[in-house]
Amino acid sequence: MELTAFELLSALFILVLAAFVGYEVVSKVPTMLHTPLMSGANAVHGVIVVGAMLVAATSEGPVRIALALIGVILGTINVVGGFVVTDRMLEMFKKRPGER
Amino acid sequence: MDELNIWQIATFFVWLVGSVTFILALKFLASPKTARTGNLLGAGGMAVVIAWTFLTYDLASPESEPGMLSNWWIILVGGVIGAVAGTLGARRVPMTAMPQMVAIFNGAGGGAAAVVAIAEFLEFADHGEGLLPLPFVIASLLGAVIGGVALTGSVVAFGKLQGIVTARPYMLPGQQLITGALFLTMLLIGVYVAGFENSIPLFLVFCAIALVAGVVLTMPIGGADMPVVVSLLNSYTGIAVAASGFVLSNYALLIAGTLVGASGAILTQLMTKAMNRSLFNVLFAGFGTAGGAAAAGEEGEEQLRETNAEDVAVLMAYGKRVIIVPGYGMAVAQAQGPVRELMDLLVAKGVDVQFAIHPVAGRMPGHMNVLLAEANVPYDRLKEMDEINDDFADTDVALVIGANDVVNPSAREEGSPISGMPILNVDAAQNIVVLKRGRGTGFAGIPNPLFSNEKTAMLFGDAKPSIEALVQGVKQA
Repeated sequence: MELTAFELLSALFILVLAAFVGYEVVSKVPTMLHTPLMSGANAVHGVIVVGAMLVAATSEGPVRIALALIGVILGTINVVGGFVVTDRMLEMFKKRPGER
Repeated sequence: MDELNIWQIATFFVWLVGSVTFILALKFLASPKTARTGNLLGAGGMAVVIAWTFLTYDLASPESEPGMLSNWWIILVGGVIGAVAGTLGARRVPMTAMPQMVAIFNGAGGGAAAVVAIAEFLEFADHGEGLLPLPFVIASLLGAVIGGVALTGSVVAFGKLQGIVTARPYMLPGQQLITGALFLTMLLIGVYVAGFENSIPLFLVFCAIALVAGVVLTMPIGGADMPVVVSLLNSYTGIAVAASGFVLSNYALLIAGTLVGASGAILTQLMTKAMNRSLFNVLFAGFGTAGGAAAAGEEGEEQLRETNAEDVAVLMAYGKRVIIVPGYGMAVAQAQGPVRELMDLLVAKGVDVQFAIHPVAGRMPGHMNVLLAEANVPYDRLKEMDEINDDFADTDVALVIGANDVVNPSAREEGSPISGMPILNVDAAQNIVVLKRGRGTGFAGIPNPLFSNEKTAMLFGDAKPSIEALVQGVKQA
């Protein structure tokens, strides 16, 4: 947690640029793929499981260990469930061979 | 500037690779052809980031002994439980219940973000001397409040979509006042915790209020608007994750969270635009409370022309062009399979069959596309509203399956709650057949003059048996 001013400013730059990328990328997605998009984006923020892992790594004492465990469980549900359910949706969009 | 060891430098590159795959996952969703590859790519990138963190954490932190991440058992136990629960949920859920599932996964992510923010604050508030740096405390507070709201808000959204919690907008007496008071209290506590004393008990009170706020904010929103809410909460979770990434100085979290925060926000905006309503109207208007009772009274007086499956089947089988307009009624009845059979039979008879998909048909944008794709309807037969609206005029039969508000012509006139919402021009077709479960009004509780149109014939009953009867009819025609 030794944030330097440089790190702080870099993080701010990344934040702003990533927001623009998100905006641009999503603007090009057709309506019919909006449900998978919501689900896919949902899976991407499952990366929070990495944060929960970092908490777990430095955990001492029952409270923080319990929090870390809850965080890892919830984060894993988000990331695994998110990608699997998105894949299930997208699987249906494949064209069958020989279809008109 | 501190020297970075080789593992720390490598970690930055792994974050970079992960971030690029996340962006590509969203970018590839621009076409159905590449969408699945994109999702797998994103999942792959995610797996690499997670595995790397697990295997190299201690190498990358200079103060600890090299080796595997300490407390690795927490991660294994939690990971296995989460993976099993997530996979089972994702595999077992029927396609119609997709919106709920996304809501619950989103709630899990929001909860995880809140937990991370809380744990980090506890850690440093315990050991710290003097006040913690302001950016750190602000990011922790943001992660906790946004994650907390996303968690309980998603749970309420799940309950509403699943029918456990009333889908009707539920307003507390003095709703605005309560919401205002909750946020003012959080603001005051936040300022105190950040600026005056890093108090752990107050921080926890702050988190508890955030959980309550998530419920209070979501309850007044009607079930029909839940998809918009899920999308918004998805965006919130993204922001909470970004805040956690800031707290942990982890760029993978920062980038992925911001990406989702921004994309969720624009998606929410696209959805409200399709309904021609503002986000403010969706969140605070208690849409669907007023119209319901009055509308039900009027409907009874209208003369509706009833028809039977045989007549409709003949009408379609000898028509040149049929446009099918699916709605939520098709989803609840799980009628997509029979609909596809109907399409195949009509196509075999030389009828041009298209599907007209309104942007907000069903409970989520693209909901109908997913269901019809599940039933193997080729996606080039699915037309978006702007693409097909001019074709209704030379269409023999428009078959409306359990859709209501998206084909309601009163949207074109002033004074209706849905005034200005773009609709499908179903009323331009030569013949209109409406499949409807009962005589009640639609989800928004607004009377629909399309049903009393002289070109309209009503086929009452659950969509699935109705469509099956049509299939039989077309076979004999």
